[in-house]
Amino acid sequence: MLIEALFYVFAAILVAASLAVITARNPVYSALALVMCFVTSAAIWLLLEAEFLAVVLVLVYVGAVMVLFLFVIMMLDINLAELRQGFTRFAWLGWLTALAVIVEIVGVVWARGGLGIDASRGALPAPAGYSNTLELGRVLYTRYAYPLELAAMLLLVAIVAAIALTMRQRAGLKYQDVSRQVAVRREQRLRIVKMDAEKRP
Amino acid sequence: MNPTVLIAIPLLPLLAAIVAGLGGRLIGRAGAHWLTCGAVAASCVLSFLVLKQICLDGVPVYDAKVYTWLVSDGLHMEVGFLIDRLTALMMAVVTFVSLCVHVYTIGYMSDDPGYTRFFSYISLFTFSMLMLVMANNFLQLFFGWEAVGLVSYLLIGFWYTRPSAIFANLKAFIVNRIGDFGFVLGIAGVVYFTQSLAYRDAFAAAPNMAQALIPLSRTWSVPALTLICICLFIGAMGKSAQVPLHVWLPDSMEGPTPISALIHAATMVTAGIFMVARLSPLFEYSDAALSFVLVIGATTAFFMGLLGVVHNDIKRVIAYSTLSQLGYMTVALGVSAYGAAIFHLMTHAFFKALLFLAAGSVIIALHHEQDMRRMGGLAKYMPVTAATCWIGALALVGTPFFSGFYSKDAIIEAVGESHRWGATYAYWCVLCGVFVTALYTFRMLFLTFHGPERFRDATHTHEAHVDAGRMIGPDEPTQVLDDGQAPGGDHSDHGHGATPRESPAVVTVPLVALAIPSILIGALTVGPVLFGHYFTGSILVLDRNDVLGAIGEEFGGPVLFALQGLLAAPFWLAAAGAVTAWAFFLRRPAWADLAVRKARWLYRVLTEKYYFDWFNERILAALARLIGVGLWKGGDEALIDGALVNGSAATVGWLGSVMRRVQSGYLYSYAFWMMIGLALLLGWFLAHARF
Amino acid sequence: MITLAQLLTLSAIVFSLAIAGIFLNRKNMILLLMCVELLLLAANFNFIAFSRYLSDINGQVFVFFVLTVAAAESAIGLAILVVLFRERGSINVEDLNTLKG
Repeated sequence: MLIEALFYVFAAILVAASLAVITARNPVYSALALVMCFVTSAAIWLLLEAEFLAVVLVLVYVGAVMVLFLFVIMMLDINLAELRQGFTRFAWLGWLTALAVIVEIVGVVWARGGLGIDASRGALPAPAGYSNTLELGRVLYTRYAYPLELAAMLLLVAIVAAIALTMRQRAGLKYQDVSRQVAVRREQRLRIVKMDAEKRP
Repeated sequence: MNPTVLIAIPLLPLLAAIVAGLGGRLIGRAGAHWLTCGAVAASCVLSFLVLKQICLDGVPVYDAKVYTWLVSDGLHMEVGFLIDRLTALMMAVVTFVSLCVHVYTIGYMSDDPGYTRFFSYISLFTFSMLMLVMANNFLQLFFGWEAVGLVSYLLIGFWYTRPSAIFANLKAFIVNRIGDFGFVLGIAGVVYFTQSLAYRDAFAAAPNMAQALIPLSRTWSVPALTLICICLFIGAMGKSAQVPLHVWLPDSMEGPTPISALIHAATMVTAGIFMVARLSPLFEYSDAALSFVLVIGATTAFFMGLLGVVHNDIKRVIAYSTLSQLGYMTVALGVSAYGAAIFHLMTHAFFKALLFLAAGSVIIALHHEQDMRRMGGLAKYMPVTAATCWIGALALVGTPFFSGFYSKDAIIEAVGESHRWGATYAYWCVLCGVFVTALYTFRMLFLTFHGPERFRDATHTHEAHVDAGRMIGPDEPTQVLDDGQAPGGDHSDHGHGATPRESPAVVTVPLVALAIPSILIGALTVGPVLFGHYFTGSILVLDRNDVLGAIGEEFGGPVLFALQGLLAAPFWLAAAGAVTAWAFFLRRPAWADLAVRKARWLYRVLTEKYYFDWFNERILAALARLIGVGLWKGGDEALIDGALVNGSAATVGWLGSVMRRVQSGYLYSYAFWMMIGLALLLGWFLAHARF
Repeated sequence: MITLAQLLTLSAIVFSLAIAGIFLNRKNMILLLMCVELLLLAANFNFIAFSRYLSDINGQVFVFFVLTVAAAESAIGLAILVVLFRERGSINVEDLNTLKG
């Protein structure tokens, strides 16, 4: 009962925060609202006994990704008025599509047997001594060892790519261009001058 | 019979033609004429040898293939020879006339720059004609048929710088193609029913084909044999210049005179006659097809003869005479008197070649003047030409004892005997044709060789000179134009106004050589060829159609036949024609003018050649051009280019321009479409999922 | 007791709001990126819900990978954004139409 009440509270906050994300005038507010979304989501996940992922969500998203977002928003000098212009031009289309999607998904969920399982029942209680982190780690390092390595590789590539994209060549910096060095021709380096032999004074 | 000899007969002229044609510069003019004349002479001698073997020694008929070209789906396409009495006779006629023309050409073409080319062509013609005649299957017949057509085309346009010659040769080619269309259909019909190209298979299947029906529409079917025979005869109509496919023959006189003699009088145009006679086992079983042949032939015989009366070009007059005589032959075919047709073909070959060569001789003497209104009184200057021409003319009109009499009289009597549908019409046509033949023949004789000497008149116009200049050849017209002197050669001193002189021996010897058979060959051969059993085995005549046999029962030798002829209607009609010609054109030329004035519309119809050319050019050609332009503008430019080629490109372009609006390049539009697509896809999934 | 239907409905609402956000903030690239994060969050919600209610830990492994990819994606997205701003002086999506044919 308590859990259900908590779920409703967090769900309400999540929906409100989501609305704030998409409608806030200032991107900073949007980002903060998104942080709120992540936090409430993590709470709901905790209610669902997905403790590890809830912690990861807070650490990675709130701690890293959202900070990055805020950092970029504040670093860039954005003309907000221009970006807000025509805000409502496609709003009807947006709400319509959103409505269609929600009706469809909810239709599937609430239809009798739409998922092939009984969607109205609660989750089975976890057995005593169950550790979400342990279970996750067990499959992650056995069955999903290769995908895990690939994910790590992906993150590395993303880091390299992000740095490579944003790195700037500063003026006045001296560096070697190997290809130009290799392609050099004799005429660019050497000048042969014809001179008359001069008499010894 | 030795196959090597048979192969040599057509191949010798072919080799000569190739050597003279491709190596003309190497062997020179003399080399060319010695080579080709030698080859044709050898083939002539061999042909006569074959004739002797077949007729006198009783060698059996030779019918075998000598070379298989290809076999496709059981259809054998091969070169083979069928040598029987009909073939042997045709070979002898073809090679003999060809030889005479070769010799004559040495004189006639002596100053033409295309001398070796000319010899190459006529040797090639001899080869083609021999292949046609000797064929034992339809494919080879068709090969020869087309080859002679090709050579005819080349030779009519021999002076290729003259627009009129090019026009004439195109005309001949196109008209012949129309006929060939029918011919090919006929051959296709034979192959369809017999699965074979060989004559003997077709002949064996003829009675069956007569029973079979070909449906032309839902409700109307015709006997297969009738359709096949009419199709084949349409080919013959083109080649043998029968109405309405005759229009090319008068224009073909643009070619050099030896060609008119060889191809357009004596041999090639008779290919159609020969073909029908050769295929008599097919035609015999179809009365309807023979009636068709009969009516076409009769129409040609009479109405084309009439045209000869009003035209003034000496060669054209003889050309119309040829048309008329071909009509006679066709009439003979139509009443199943195939023997008479071939007999007339043979006699006609001699006397018509003679007439043409004589006309050529006159034309040279008058320095390439062809208009009879500028001739006259030539008999005393050119006695040999005049005498031989008289002989040819007498043979043509059918004077008793001359060769033409026997053949033509036999045809007229055969038509009279026949009870086939259309025979009455044909009988009156050929009978009146005799009068007309005499009229135009004697008109030509009187205008050319007798009466006042109009060639001295100062009336010869500049135009005539241009004509004369063109006749010399493509390279040397101006010299003639200026001083009336030919550029060297035997007759260079025969300018207009000068006294005409008899032609040289190379011209007169062939004249004499042809004059002798023109007189004698009829009397000598009428008995065995026409009323004997010469053609038994090579020409099939059913008993119920055998009109020649009926006449033959009363035949009592050539002399008696001729004496009987003196009392018969045709002779008196011919005499009447001669007298009329004498009165109108020699005695009282004013009467001719009066007649022209009195019957102006008739004169006009005749000079316009019954408006056939007008009809062909204004109606048929215009329609064809209209269809062509329609297909070009509508089919090609509008439909293919416009709708299909440019249209598809334009559609793609239009579609692209529409699609480009979707591709705005804005990131959010792609995102929007993605989202909307997602919603739609989800909806579709929801609608179709089974819960 | 939280039912599966409740969780799925919640994630559907968040998902739809994120879609609407993409339509609303079509010009602002940073917000577009944030909306994508929200979409992914909604998807993760579903994974976890099913994982929990089917007692299958594999679903949570997927969430783990999705988080990894999302982090990489936002890192590169923001890097591109920075480069873009440096080149154009704007993050207005309407200025970015070089894809137009």
